[in-house]
Amino acid sequence: MGFFLEVLLGGLMAGVLYSLVALGFVLIFKASGVFNFAQGAMVLFAALTFVRLMEIFHIPMVVALALTVVVMVVLAMVIERAVLRPLVNQPGISLFMATLGISYFLDGFGQAVWGSDIYTLDVGIPKQPIMLLESVFDGGVLVPSEDVVATIVAGLLVAALAVFFQKTKIGRALRAVADDHQAAQSVGIPLNYIWVIVWTVAGLVALVAGIMWGTKLGVQFSLTFVALKALPVLILGGFESIPGAIIGGLIIGAGEKLAEVYLGPYVGGGIENWFAYVLALLFLLVRPEGLFGEKHIDRV
Amino acid sequence: MIYRESGQFKTSYVADQAVFPIAQDRWFIAAWLLVGFVLVPLIANEYMLRAILIPFAIMALAALGLNILVGYCGQLSLGTGGFMAVGAYAAYNLCIRIPELNPIIAFVIAGGFATLVGILFGIPSLRIKGYYLAVATLASQFFLEWLFNRVQWFTNYAPSGSVSAPPVTLFGLTFDTPVLKYLLCLAILVVFALVAKNLVRGRIGRAWMATRDMDVAAEIIGIRPMYAKLSAFAVSSFFVGVAGALWAFIHLGSWEPAAFDINRSFNILFMVIIGGLGSIVGAFLGAAFITTLPLILNQAPQWFGIALSTAMISHLEFMIFGALILFFLIVEPLGLARLWRIGKEKLRLWPFPH
Repeated sequence: MGFFLEVLLGGLMAGVLYSLVALGFVLIFKASGVFNFAQGAMVLFAALTFVRLMEIFHIPMVVALALTVVVMVVLAMVIERAVLRPLVNQPGISLFMATLGISYFLDGFGQAVWGSDIYTLDVGIPKQPIMLLESVFDGGVLVPSEDVVATIVAGLLVAALAVFFQKTKIGRALRAVADDHQAAQSVGIPLNYIWVIVWTVAGLVALVAGIMWGTKLGVQFSLTFVALKALPVLILGGFESIPGAIIGGLIIGAGEKLAEVYLGPYVGGGIENWFAYVLALLFLLVRPEGLFGEKHIDRV
Repeated sequence: MIYRESGQFKTSYVADQAVFPIAQDRWFIAAWLLVGFVLVPLIANEYMLRAILIPFAIMALAALGLNILVGYCGQLSLGTGGFMAVGAYAAYNLCIRIPELNPIIAFVIAGGFATLVGILFGIPSLRIKGYYLAVATLASQFFLEWLFNRVQWFTNYAPSGSVSAPPVTLFGLTFDTPVLKYLLCLAILVVFALVAKNLVRGRIGRAWMATRDMDVAAEIIGIRPMYAKLSAFAVSSFFVGVAGALWAFIHLGSWEPAAFDINRSFNILFMVIIGGLGSIVGAFLGAAFITTLPLILNQAPQWFGIALSTAMISHLEFMIFGALILFFLIVEPLGLARLWRIGKEKLRLWPFPH
């Protein structure tokens, strides 16, 4: 039982990290209908910028963080100006391809500028595992403390995003754009400006995800593959739903860890890579728009 | 003046329904076939055949297959690499386990296996669509990659996981020189391109296109969505499976599952989109563009005499590749095939625009 709980908790916390990446996808999809494949590249780019700014220029962490935020804002502006604006009103698949192009470009650009080794990232998150429920089970339940921190950060981030979306003027504008581009534009919401904001927010979410994953795995190229793990989370939770991203992440994280531990030995192991997708697919067969996605009514 | 169909009268239904109704088109295609089958083998050196022309022919076949699914039927798929792997490993196992079987026939049967797998993974398309489907097809990519990595029966218990293809022979002729390999790939490509061209302008192709344009409306006018979508998955997977078998047997020779990873899927999707969705010519143009681009990018620094570290070159390659994709999408979101069509329209009026 103790072992089961440990696996479950480990999975849930890994799931929180997937959710962090999935959040970036959801934000952009909600506001612009773009399926942003570059989110993984943005995670890597943000983390690389952050860690290399600290290493090369020996500046304090806070300054590096502020500079990285500036870089992400500039990136959002460049993407809006150079890619989104010329492609406005193009079919979704062209925009999806464009984000694939962005992700190739960012991967190359980030590594060309900042180097392509594995960089350790230490932002002062304690590393010792925490022992829980020692009195209940023999040996207790070991929980890595960086995962706990990640969970707390993710919770704060979601709360902040919720407040931002519900309570601020910009948040209302974002929701209006998500609802209907043309209607939003006709009541005077500047679309281009909104897109810059959305991509900035997605960039900041990518930065947070990059820092969390970077602390866990080191900042390296393979961080971009984390994005691939966020995709099943996305379809499970629904493309348009922030709570969906969180709950989807938890289900996927817990599901794949449990499957790997309890099912993996029977089929040769390493099933983590595809189990998440199969799990998401099974959900989709029951609910084609994801758990919390909006139901679309097709009109002929 | 030259490219005009005026004066070409059709006197029979057969002539009216010809694949290329305009005489100039027929001449053009014949000229290209002549170049492809006669001129190129005569002048191309071994490097060109190995590095450009053979990969181009095979990738064009895969792009044709994916174009049927994505461009004609509108079902976005990111699992092409997985289906190619099915073709490759099915052909390998057929050749290993039934030694009497001719590899060329094995390719076709391998395509059949890919078809079955394609239909299986196409079933979710009946419930889900758009990006949800795209992500769902990733499941096939990861699952198949894992399957060929972990289940050793498929690799005939090869200790390193890498397998080598037996030689390909036909009527006592062994396809071992680059020229012969190239001719084989090109011949298969031409046959499949003709099949594809005829499929998409027939009843089934119209059903696909109607499903692509609006699936609900298509259903209402009497097209069975299950039939349309699954047949697109089946035909597409067949093409892609044969391409995978060719890629493994002819181009690579010996390979491991990583040869068919997700980057392969993206690569072929790039070809389809850059070339032009829903266009047979587009598949060729896209394949030509995407297969030659990395080679050019790789060579370019040497031409300018810039010495760069290999890591830097690969980063720059990524950057330029991404930037070019963006550039093409912005300049012509409908792909190279669209430029082709514009060129043809212009040529019709040239040199007297009135």
